[in-house]
Amino acid sequence: MNAAVQTPKAPPTKVSVRSLDFYYGADRSLKNISLPLHANKVTAFIGPSGCGKSTLLRVLNRMYDLYPGQRAEGEVLLDGENILDPAIDLNALRARVGMIFQKPTPFPMSIYENIAFGIRLYEKLPRADLDQRVEAALRGAALWDEVKDKLQASGLGLSGGQQQRLCIARSVAVQPEVILFDEPCSALDPISTAKVEELIDELTNRYTIAIVTHNMQQAVRVSDYTAFMYLGELVEFGETDDVFNKPKEKRTLDYITGRFG
Amino acid sequence: MSLYAYRRSANSIATTLCWAAAIFGLAWLFLILLALVYEGVRGLSPAVFAEMTPPPGSAGGLLNAIAGSLVMTVIGVAIGTPLGMLAGTYMAEYGRYSKLTTVVRFINDILLSAPSIVVGLFVYTILVHPMGHFSAISGAVALALLVVPVVVRTTEDMLLLVPGSIREAASALGAPRSHVVGKVAYRAAKAGLITGVLLAVARVSGETAPLLFTALNNQFWSTDLAAPMASLPVVIFQFALSPYKDWQQLAWTGALLITIAVLALSIAARTLSAGRRKSK
Repeated sequence: MNAAVQTPKAPPTKVSVRSLDFYYGADRSLKNISLPLHANKVTAFIGPSGCGKSTLLRVLNRMYDLYPGQRAEGEVLLDGENILDPAIDLNALRARVGMIFQKPTPFPMSIYENIAFGIRLYEKLPRADLDQRVEAALRGAALWDEVKDKLQASGLGLSGGQQQRLCIARSVAVQPEVILFDEPCSALDPISTAKVEELIDELTNRYTIAIVTHNMQQAVRVSDYTAFMYLGELVEFGETDDVFNKPKEKRTLDYITGRFG
Repeated sequence: MSLYAYRRSANSIATTLCWAAAIFGLAWLFLILLALVYEGVRGLSPAVFAEMTPPPGSAGGLLNAIAGSLVMTVIGVAIGTPLGMLAGTYMAEYGRYSKLTTVVRFINDILLSAPSIVVGLFVYTILVHPMGHFSAISGAVALALLVVPVVVRTTEDMLLLVPGSIREAASALGAPRSHVVGKVAYRAAKAGLITGVLLAVARVSGETAPLLFTALNNQFWSTDLAAPMASLPVVIFQFALSPYKDWQQLAWTGALLITIAVLALSIAARTLSAGRRKSK
């Protein structure tokens, strides 16, 4: 993306957040957020701790629904369908919108079973087909070569970086449309981080991606669009190059140059 | 005296007191075990496992009591474990934030520390009295009532130890609640759940009071659940208080058998939870 393309034809919108408010009990932690997630693009959410970026991510797959006292108001359209509608099937929604967490979350079972778990939720496959799907998922997460000889070993025995890629493979295996990354590299060393970033890059061919990150270099490296949030508000949203090189808001400039106070 | 020297001496005094208290406690335990082994081993013979409890003054064994204990414990655990697991699962997984859970937890804690004789009297009132006679099945029910609170407690505790992030991850794949609990949370807590059941077995296998009011005793071999049934604790209770040497000897031996069984269960439980820690 370069400066010459000032008014690019906007890519299609996969998810559209409209006037979203979010409450933890009486606490309003998201204030009138509106932004799009463009299809097959990476959108990064940046901002200081507590700005609501993780909260926003957890609205996109209704993860907050697991806990009492949390509620969202407004609209979040996934392919035009409002996912905040109470009537929506949450499990079906989460099958379409996958999520990767800050800390790797392998299940206490074998590497193979970790991947097969998700697939079995939706399809009853003969063993050979299941094997194939597991292999494809692990290849897709660039993990196959490292684990192909120990598929029956516990997923808990992998290194942190491998565990995170296992989780990505597990999420990809159920063939979602959107994948949400909640600070996926904050517990990883630089080499594992690089691998996960490469992976995110490849995943954009097939998925729409949203990533929350505290690492601004990471946002620059992996994302096409960036949203800067502060105190529950969306301060600025735009193409990543624009947000980082010529931010419109002073607060954005202060944050990305580390002068936030 | 400098502050540092003061801290050092305070530290050594506290350490000494801790050691002394630990040794004091362990010494009694050790003496009890020693007496038990010393007295109990003398009476160990094949006859203990092959013959019925004898009338006073003649030789015999504990076979009917051992079998009775096994039968009633197995039935009691078989009734109590599913109830306790389901309740514990509700409290940790489904109703974690509900008022009902707080109430049930409070009542369960009371039940956990309730004197077992109260449970015996309760079952006497609701089962033995209406049936008109003592029976093995009412003994098993009394034991089940003691198993429930232990299993509820350990199930809830063990499930609460499972990190929420794993549940979120499973939910994020679109797994329904039943899968999140049954295939992920149970799996993560498996060793702890089994430990809980083993501890419950250990707890009830030495119970005397609830059986006195329910299964009573039986001098003969019986597998009839509707009839009174012998059990090791009740036989020990009866024989130890008797003036007959043979009976007293059998009581010691029975006590040794129970202790060994409980010890074995506890070691199994320990090994399981140690294995769990290693795999993390």
